[in-house]
Amino acid sequence: MLAIHAGPEPAPRRQLFVGTAIACAGMVTLVGGMLATWLRLREQALDSGVSWVPKKVVISMVPANVMLLAFIPICVFAQWAVYAARRDDRPNTALAIGLTALMGLAVINAQAFMFAQLKMPVTGGAYNSMFYAVTITFVVLVIVGVGFSAITAFRYLGGRESDREIVTAHALYWYSLSAVFCALWFVVYVTK
Amino acid sequence: MTTIDTHATDVVGSSTTEALSGIVGWITTTDHKRVGRMFIGGGLLALAGVSVVGVLLGIDRASTSKNLIDVNALPQLFSIYRVGLIFIVLLPILVGLAVAVVPLQLGARSLAFPRLAASGFWTWMVGAVLVIGSIAANGGPGGGDRRMVAGYLVAQTVVLLGLLAAAVCVATSVMTTRAPGMNMRRVPPFSFSALVGAIGVIIGVPVLVGALLYSYVDYRYGGSGFGQSKDIFSHIGFGFSQPLTFVFAVPAFGIAAEAIAVATRKRLPMRGVMFTGFGLVGLGALGAVVQVPAGLRRDIVHVSFGTALNDIVPYVLINLLPVLGGLIVLGVGALALAAARPRVTPALVFGLLGSLLVFGGLLGNAVYLIGDAQLGGTVFEEGVRLLVAYGAVLAGLGGIAHWAPKLWGRAIAVKAVLPLALLGFLGAVLAAVPYLVAGFAKQPGDSTTFDYGGPEQLWNIAAAVGHLLMLLTVLAFVGLAMKSFGGRSTPATASGDDPWDAQTLEWATSSPAPFANFAEIHTIASAEPLLDLKEAAGRNV
Repeated sequence: MLAIHAGPEPAPRRQLFVGTAIACAGMVTLVGGMLATWLRLREQALDSGVSWVPKKVVISMVPANVMLLAFIPICVFAQWAVYAARRDDRPNTALAIGLTALMGLAVINAQAFMFAQLKMPVTGGAYNSMFYAVTITFVVLVIVGVGFSAITAFRYLGGRESDREIVTAHALYWYSLSAVFCALWFVVYVTK
Repeated sequence: MTTIDTHATDVVGSSTTEALSGIVGWITTTDHKRVGRMFIGGGLLALAGVSVVGVLLGIDRASTSKNLIDVNALPQLFSIYRVGLIFIVLLPILVGLAVAVVPLQLGARSLAFPRLAASGFWTWMVGAVLVIGSIAANGGPGGGDRRMVAGYLVAQTVVLLGLLAAAVCVATSVMTTRAPGMNMRRVPPFSFSALVGAIGVIIGVPVLVGALLYSYVDYRYGGSGFGQSKDIFSHIGFGFSQPLTFVFAVPAFGIAAEAIAVATRKRLPMRGVMFTGFGLVGLGALGAVVQVPAGLRRDIVHVSFGTALNDIVPYVLINLLPVLGGLIVLGVGALALAAARPRVTPALVFGLLGSLLVFGGLLGNAVYLIGDAQLGGTVFEEGVRLLVAYGAVLAGLGGIAHWAPKLWGRAIAVKAVLPLALLGFLGAVLAAVPYLVAGFAKQPGDSTTFDYGGPEQLWNIAAAVGHLLMLLTVLAFVGLAMKSFGGRSTPATASGDDPWDAQTLEWATSSPAPFANFAEIHTIASAEPLLDLKEAAGRNV
C-alpha cells in the first residue's frame, strides 16, 4: 500500500463556531419563512377586504418593546463574555454569561405576560393560530439560547478555560436571535 | 504508513453478552460510519415499502371496472408515497452516505459533532415511524382522524429535525475538518456535492418546518385559518416537490463525478466548473425560500414585457439554472469519459444512470412550469418527482457499492450488482415516463379514477411494473449487500484497502476504516493525493 506523508496536526478551524453559524442560518430561514407566510396571508386578507387582526384583539406594544430593548443588553453581555474570556477573566465571563441568560429569561417572561394579557384564543382564524405559532417558536429559540448559556457556563467555567470558542459561538447565537426578533417585532407587532 | 491496524480480534464471551453489547454498541455509537449505515439501512427499508405502495397505486389506476383500493384509504397511500419517497427514502440514503463517507474523504478522524449526527438518526427514525403510523391510522394530509392528522404534522417536523441535525454535521465537517492542504477546490466531488446538498437542506427545510408548525397549531385548534386536512398539502406540498427535491439530489451528481474520476484513472477535468454545476443544481433551495410561483403563465407571449419578466426571472433562476447545472456536470463528465477508456464499475453505471434520471427530472420540471403546457395538477409532477427521487436513489446505491469496502470491509460482488443498475434504471423509467405522457392527457395526480379513452391502462400498468422492478432492484441490492456484509469473504467480495485503484484519501486507510479513520493526519498537495503517489511510483503514467 502506498503511504502518504503524515503532516502536523491541523490548526483547529473553529468547528463549534462554524456549526453554530450554520445552525443560525437554519434558524433565520425558519423564522424568515414563517414571517414570509405571515405577510402573504396578511396581504391576501387585506386584499379581500377582511380585517387581518381580529376585532377586540389589542396587542400591547409595551411587552413587545421590552423584549426588543432586552436584546440590546443581551448582545452587550454576550460580547462582554467574549471580551472577558479572551483575557482569561473568569469572574467577568461568568457574570456576563449569567446576565445574558437572565435577560433571556426576562424575554420569556415578557412574552408570557403578553400571552396572559392578550387573552386571545388560538382558534378564531389564521391570525390567531399564526400569532401563537410564530411567537411560541420564538420562545423555544430563546429557551435554546438560555440552555446554550448554561452549557457555555458549565464548559468554560467548569475547567475548560481554553475552550473560548464556545463563548464566541454563544455570542453568535444571541446576535442571530436578536436579528430574528427585530424582524419578528417589525412584522408581527409593528405592521401587525 | 497511513493506516492503523483495525482488524477485529477474537473476543471470547457468551453469545448473549456479545449480542447485547453489539446492540448497545449500535444504539450508542458515535462512529460516523455506523451512523451513516443506519441512515442508509432505514432508507432502503423504506424504499421497499414505498415501491410496494407505488405498485398498488399503479394497479389501482390501471383498473377500469372499480377501485381495488378503498377510496377512503387512497389519501393515506398518496401521503405515504409522497412523504416517504422524499424524507424517508431519498434524503436518509444520501445523507447517510455523506455522514459515512465525507469525513473519510476529507482525511478527518471524525465527523463534526458525531453525537449530534447519532441523535439526528434516532430523531429521524422515531419521526419516520410516527409519520408512517399516523398516516396508517387515518392521519396525514387528507386524513379523517383529527388527532392522527395533528400527530402526523408533529412527526413530520421530528423527521425534518433529525435530517437537519445530520445536515449540519456534514456541512460543518466539510468546512472545518479537511486535511491540511485540502482547500475547497481540492475537496473530492462527492464531499463538495454533499456540502451543497447539506447547505440547501439547512436553508430550505426550515421553511417547511415553519409551514408545518403553522399547520399544526391551526389544525390542532380548529383549522379555521389553514383549512381542513385535505388542504394541508397546499401549504406544505412545496417541501415534497420540485425544485426543493433538486437540492436533495445534488449528491447524486457528486457520486457520478467521483465514479468517473475513478473509472478513468485520471484527474477530473474542470473541477471548478463541475463544482459550479453542483451549486447551480442546489439553487433549487431558492424555490422553498422565496415561496413565489416560479412558473410561466399561460399565453405569456401575449402579455406585456414587464409582466412577462415577472414570470421569466424567477422561472430562470429557480428552475432553469438547475438544468444548466446538471448539464454542466454531465457535460464535464462526458468529456472526461471521452478522453479515457473507463473501466465499468458499479458506481459509474449506477451514478451515470441515476444522474441522467435526475437530469430528466430537472428538464421535466422546467416543462411542467410552462403554463401553456397545462400540466398543473396532473400526474406529470409525480413523474418528475419519481425521476428525481429514483435517480438519486440509484446513484446512492452506486455510492454504497463503491464505498462498501470502507464501510464494512468487503465489496459487493461487481458482476452481480451491475445488472441491478440496468434493472433499476429500467424500473425508474417505466415508473416515471408513463406519468409524463399521462400528464399531457390530463390524468389527475391525486386520484386513481381517469377515463381518457386512450391507452391509459397501458401507461398505468407500465408505471406499476416500473415500481415493481425498482422493488426487485432494492431487494436484490440489499440481499447482495447483506451477503457481503455478513457472509464470508469470497474472491468476489474480498477487497483490499484500495480496490478501485482510486485517487482520494478514503482509500489510504484500511478496509473497513477504523473508528478514528486515520492513524495520522495527512498533508495533501493536490485534489488526488493517491494518484500523486501512484504517478510518482511510476504507475498510470
